[in-house]
Amino acid sequence: MIVTSGWYLTLAAVLFVIGAIGLLVRRNALIMFMAIELMLNAVNLTFVAAGHRIGTLDGQVAVFFVLVVAAAEVAVGLAIIVAVFRQRRTASVDELSDLRG
Amino acid sequence: MAESIWIVIAAPLAGAVLLHFFGRWLGEPGSGWLATLTVGVAFGFAFTAAIPFFQGTGEPQSVVLYSWMPAVGATFELLWDPLSALMALVVTGVGGLIHLFSIGYMHGDERFGRFFTYLNLFVASMLILVLADNFAVLFLGWELVGLCSYLLISFWFTRPAAAVAGKKAFVVNRIGDLGFVVAVMLIFASFGTLSFSDVFANAPDVLSAGGAAAIGVLLLLGAAGKSAQLPLHVWLPDAMEGPTPVSALIHAATMVTAGVYMIARVSPIYELAPTASAVVAIVGALTALFAATIAFTQTDIKRVLAFSTISQLGYMFMAVGVAGYVAGAFHLMTHAFFKGLLFLGAGSVMHALAGEQNMHRMGGLFRRMPVTALTMAVAALAIVGIPPLSGFWSKDDILAVVFGQGDWYYLLWALGILTATVTAFYMTRQYLLVFAGRPRWEEGAEPHESPLVMTAPLVVLAVLAFFGGLVNTPFSPGLEHFLEPSFEGVTVSHPSTGTLVPLAIVVLLAEAVGVAAAALVYLGPVAARVRLLGRVRGAWEAIRAGYHIDELYAAAVASPGEQAAVWAAFAFDARGVDGVVNGVARVVGRLGATVRPLQTGYVRNYALGIAVGATGLAVWLLARGL
Repeated sequence: MIVTSGWYLTLAAVLFVIGAIGLLVRRNALIMFMAIELMLNAVNLTFVAAGHRIGTLDGQVAVFFVLVVAAAEVAVGLAIIVAVFRQRRTASVDELSDLRG
Repeated sequence: MAESIWIVIAAPLAGAVLLHFFGRWLGEPGSGWLATLTVGVAFGFAFTAAIPFFQGTGEPQSVVLYSWMPAVGATFELLWDPLSALMALVVTGVGGLIHLFSIGYMHGDERFGRFFTYLNLFVASMLILVLADNFAVLFLGWELVGLCSYLLISFWFTRPAAAVAGKKAFVVNRIGDLGFVVAVMLIFASFGTLSFSDVFANAPDVLSAGGAAAIGVLLLLGAAGKSAQLPLHVWLPDAMEGPTPVSALIHAATMVTAGVYMIARVSPIYELAPTASAVVAIVGALTALFAATIAFTQTDIKRVLAFSTISQLGYMFMAVGVAGYVAGAFHLMTHAFFKGLLFLGAGSVMHALAGEQNMHRMGGLFRRMPVTALTMAVAALAIVGIPPLSGFWSKDDILAVVFGQGDWYYLLWALGILTATVTAFYMTRQYLLVFAGRPRWEEGAEPHESPLVMTAPLVVLAVLAFFGGLVNTPFSPGLEHFLEPSFEGVTVSHPSTGTLVPLAIVVLLAEAVGVAAAALVYLGPVAARVRLLGRVRGAWEAIRAGYHIDELYAAAVASPGEQAAVWAAFAFDARGVDGVVNGVARVVGRLGATVRPLQTGYVRNYALGIAVGATGLAVWLLARGL
């Protein structure tokens, strides 16, 4: 059985949807973060698979950018979550709805 | 000499700047002496520069200082000719004496230095006005003296009456200035330049009869505002709220004569507009009599002089209205002497009586204040017109020129004679009330003669008021020759020498009647005076209130104006303008309230929104086939 890029793309789509659903249904901020990471890596997988298929390195280069941005985002995001947790003793995003209209 | 004539303006201006910053530090009397010194320097310089004119060798000269507004052809240019020299000498000479007097008069005032800042600024402004060589510079000086007048009338601004009087003077002058500005615009539209020499040289070719008349009448409006002629005279009596030296300097000797000077200066335009000139003469004659009758009934020592000034300015307008520019300038000069002296004398009296202005509370001051009394006697006789005092020659000159016009000008001449009678009456009345009779001043008041710094200017002015008229008698018309270069091409029909003497006798008879009548009434028993007054009470009170002109203006102009302001503030602005602004804000607010629930504050709602949006976008892109 030959593993074609179609498989990779399918796997990436499945991972992305799992991440998206996780983001929508979970209340814990940490879990939601993990879901976002899952979505980001699904996109990375798409980049690499598509780059391999076309035969260029552009896909892999893009992945490095995504990784860097994701790392920065995690650093800031986790700091916020820690700060909020210290303040509120909870990491549930439903409790953090002060910015409603 | 004439090239550096700007020094005449620069000296008092420098004084004003110095005193503005260091006046408080210099204090009393240092700042007063500095101010007097700068005006003295200006006088000395002007006198030296005028010597060629005295010798009859001088040529009018214009001095360009710098290019001011090239777009309208207005350079900052000064004109040094006999007329401006005469004005500069009067302004700095009489002005210097009044500065000196003020050192004594303002003694003890806490804003002593500031007073002299304003006085110096005024002298500089007035010199800009009289030395201007184009309408732009003339207007600059014109407005600056108006500003100084405002500042000095309201000098004691903590007194509500003084603040209101300053405002009134300013507002009434704006009406006149409107005419002046429109006239200047018309001149620029017709000539394309504002320079005196260009305008006057081309006036006969450029201006139509109607154009000249329009400019003439509009300029008259400006002059009437500045010189307090009918119907814009209402500000001058109230301006007496200012310190007395201010009344002497600005509201008698110099600024109020700016209108006369301006008409004389633009004489080439009035030569082309006989109608406008006739209007000037009629306004002058009517104002002269009108104001004289009001002066007749006043009890405030300064208000008598204020109305007297309006009346004398009417004489000058009458003169320049019949092209008697020399006679007008002559009376302007002698008036500066004797009216300046009268005001300073009144100031000296008020100084002695702790600010008392009601003549019914004076009397019997002759022995207490001999210098003031004698010098004021000279001034009073001069304004009445007793020969050989200055007022006789100048008033006679004006009346002779008016008589020489013939035709309906005889009527104006008759008004002038009548005014002379009334003038003689009210001046005699004032003098007798203040200096003769029993003392009526407050218990415990000890009137004393003023210090030398105040009496010295009185004496100098008295000498000038006595002999000043001799510069231009029919036997040796010195001033006429002096001013000849300024009024080239102006022909005045003087009556023949044979008629001059009978004319003078008529004038003298009229004045004698006035003096005799006043002496009869005011030297007689008080009971008779009261009985006489009782018979004419109604008319007396009406005239005393200035024929109720102030009330008329208040009802016709001020009251509707106030109502319009109230409507604009509380109906138009508060409801109309604010209503629109608040309405827009309310609509935006409602819209915001409607869409506000979309922001739930739950992250997952936003995430769902993004997901649905992204999916929708992807579906749409796929559907249209990328």
